[in-house]
Amino acid sequence: MQELIVILVDGLVFSSYLFMVAVGLTVIFGVMKILNVTHGSFYAFGAYMSATLIGAYYETDWPEFGGFLAIFAAALIVGVFFGIVLERGLLRFLYHRDEHIIVLATFAMFLVLEDVLLMIWGTDPYFAYQPMSLLGSVDIAEMTFATYNLTLIALAVVVGLGLWLGLTKTKWGKLLLAVIFDREVSQAMGINVTMVFLVTFIIGAIMGALGGAYIAPTISVSPGIGVEVIVLAFAVVVIGGMGSIPGAMIGALLVGISRAAAVHKFPEIELFVIYAIMALVLAIRPEGLFAPAQARKI
Amino acid sequence: MRYLDKTVVGLSIAFLVLLFADFFMAEWVRFMGLQSLARGAVALGLLVLWRTGLVSFGHALYFGIGAYAAAMLTLVGYHDAFFLVFAGTLASGILAYLLGFLLRRYRGIFFALLNMAFSMILYGVIVKTEELGSTDGFSVLAPTFLGYAPEGEAVQTTLFLFTLFFTYIVTVGVHLYLKTTLGGMSMAVRENEIRVEYLGYSAEKVIHVKYVFSGLVAGFGGAIMALAIGQVDPDSMANWNVSGEFVFITILSGIGNVAATFIGAFVFELIRTYAFEYAPLFWQLILGGSLLAIIMFLPNGIWSLVDRLRKSEG
Amino acid sequence: MTAVLEVRDLQKSFGAVVAAKDINVTVNEHEIIGIIGANGAGKTTFVNMVTGYLKPTSGQIEFAGRNIMGLPPRDITVLGISRSFQVPQVFASESVFDNLLMAYAITEETGMGLLAPLYNDERAARVDSHLERYKIADYRNAVSSTLPQGIRKLLDIAMAAVSKPTILMLDEPTSGISAEEKFGLMDIIMEALAEDKTTVLFIEHDMEIVERYVSRVLAFYQGQIICDAPTAEALVDPGVREFVIGEEYHRTRTEAAARQGGADNA
Repeated sequence: MQELIVILVDGLVFSSYLFMVAVGLTVIFGVMKILNVTHGSFYAFGAYMSATLIGAYYETDWPEFGGFLAIFAAALIVGVFFGIVLERGLLRFLYHRDEHIIVLATFAMFLVLEDVLLMIWGTDPYFAYQPMSLLGSVDIAEMTFATYNLTLIALAVVVGLGLWLGLTKTKWGKLLLAVIFDREVSQAMGINVTMVFLVTFIIGAIMGALGGAYIAPTISVSPGIGVEVIVLAFAVVVIGGMGSIPGAMIGALLVGISRAAAVHKFPEIELFVIYAIMALVLAIRPEGLFAPAQARKI
Repeated sequence: MRYLDKTVVGLSIAFLVLLFADFFMAEWVRFMGLQSLARGAVALGLLVLWRTGLVSFGHALYFGIGAYAAAMLTLVGYHDAFFLVFAGTLASGILAYLLGFLLRRYRGIFFALLNMAFSMILYGVIVKTEELGSTDGFSVLAPTFLGYAPEGEAVQTTLFLFTLFFTYIVTVGVHLYLKTTLGGMSMAVRENEIRVEYLGYSAEKVIHVKYVFSGLVAGFGGAIMALAIGQVDPDSMANWNVSGEFVFITILSGIGNVAATFIGAFVFELIRTYAFEYAPLFWQLILGGSLLAIIMFLPNGIWSLVDRLRKSEG
Repeated sequence: MTAVLEVRDLQKSFGAVVAAKDINVTVNEHEIIGIIGANGAGKTTFVNMVTGYLKPTSGQIEFAGRNIMGLPPRDITVLGISRSFQVPQVFASESVFDNLLMAYAITEETGMGLLAPLYNDERAARVDSHLERYKIADYRNAVSSTLPQGIRKLLDIAMAAVSKPTILMLDEPTSGISAEEKFGLMDIIMEALAEDKTTVLFIEHDMEIVERYVSRVLAFYQGQIICDAPTAEALVDPGVREFVIGEEYHRTRTEAAARQGGADNA
């Protein structure tokens, strides 16, 4: 019973983490049809920026809880900066190219950014434990869990709901859905697709950076953290259906809980259980579990 | 005579030149050459797939299987290069044949990612298998060649000859194959599968054949690589960035000509080696930067330079 | 007259939507049949089912005495039923010649023959004579995606005819073709197909075309065949006039007839 609760809580925390890193990827894919490998860089830069800002914040004698603001500030700075620079500086020149070429271009950019990261922050790890120790821990069924980790679940729910409401209830969201359904017709109807793409990419980038920024206090921020994340996020997005936000949520839950179960019950399959699920889901439902409808173009 | 065109002649000359050069070239050049041939072989398979309209982000799977199959056989006492490379190639081919039944139903980004998923499963299995040295891998002893057991530098010299010979055969074979009906059907499937079906042939079958071929040559490349560097490990044999490098070589080379694949592989090797040597902190930046430059300014790869040269002459 | 295609009680539904029901047709050798009906009446669904693109919900399709229900398009093509498309399905980035070369090669080769060179002089000669028959030799080296619509249509049909099918089904051969060009285009197609004694079924909206080239009409309405009769008879059938042709065509026809009558009187 206790083991079950541990698996469930760990699984939910891990799912929330996965959702946070995957949702930006799926939003960008849904609107722009681009599988963005630099998402891993957004995550890594978000984490480093967050660790740096948190460190700087606790050098001051401002109120302790203000440290959380540093996390969100880091995500905004990284997301907006990279969102604009990459979309305007690179991607817009590639929209007419083959989808594989665009993936490769983002892969190349990812490699470049990995080294840029090293240039700025070096190879030593960064720690930003303050927000985590500030929240302490709670006991669930006689077991201790870090409160900070549990807030990740809340954050994922808020982000997921926010994006979903933003998409379905606001005018902007509806424009976005129109572009998702048919880019050419939207353009013909006077929707500023260029602007929609830029804003979408920035939002996606902020999401990626926020994932990294929020996770930073719980890990040692060191080189290579972007690599693992990008492959995980791919798996989640593919399982859920590329471009679907509820899909990303289900995908994250499926992967998160399976992995938590594997870690506790069958540690030897932990590493590939995720890809096994991905392969299985794709084999049964090629477009993922919640693939959005496609416009028929014949 | 009808099979002798410029490419075959060019490849044959290059083969003979390299054959003699093998005995004189510096050790590090030969080592780079071996790696280029191994990676080039994989890229050759990707070229065939790409012409069919498919890109795989997971061919490290077959590269890794080829490498590990050959390496594992050395653990149980087999050391003949002919046997090891044959076994590695065959193992990958069989796996590609089996997975092909599933993968031939997929196109576009799904094909690319499903391949990646399978390759990551292999990666996960290797990393979790202590018997195979987990993330460290294990060393592979120098191979013998039909009873001949070279020592010292002669190992690499012989291995280079061995690799060169088979790569030459395969490359000429692919070049000729691309001119056959089945080879040309790559174009047909890429351009219009419906039409192919309504001409009376199965597009999925075409894809399956090409996929098995790409698996075979990737296995060949992997087995050669294992023997060339005398070591196998998951991060340089089976991880996702290895697959990325293969696609990188394909982009670098362009899909216009089989010969370009090996030039591309060698250029890639040069960039990588020198970036690593002279700017160890920035080698990814240099690699990524060159890939971006090619995508932006040389969309058809280095072979388009050759084409341009020809046009300006003619 | 020998029956080559027999369709019995063919049904197709997509969920709750019935796209075809109670379709019964017998097609005889060397017939030229026009398939008419409003958009969504089930014409293309019928062609898709016969050629194996869609699997019927129930029914029976017999071709040359053989049950072909459930076979994929490639097998049906090999057996002898071919088709063209409303939107031409060609190898867009290749030249007209290369499109047909590939069509010939796929049609002619099986097994190990697939590993023989795609190009040989004899095959090239066959392609060139095919180009002549379909009057597209002028476009031999043009890339298909740059072709005018009419030429692309001809290429599409020429590719479908490469295998010398027993039955060729054409899906709206004149859609997207200007009024001046349409008879010229149809003359080329029908002449070429007549040489091979091909049985032709074609979907058509243009009643002038139907009247001129067709001996028998199948009129579709809401997934059913409401009329199967010789052309002259079908075009005056009240059901066809109401549900398929509409009043427009009749008015102009009657007026034209009236004018003709008037001229005669004068």
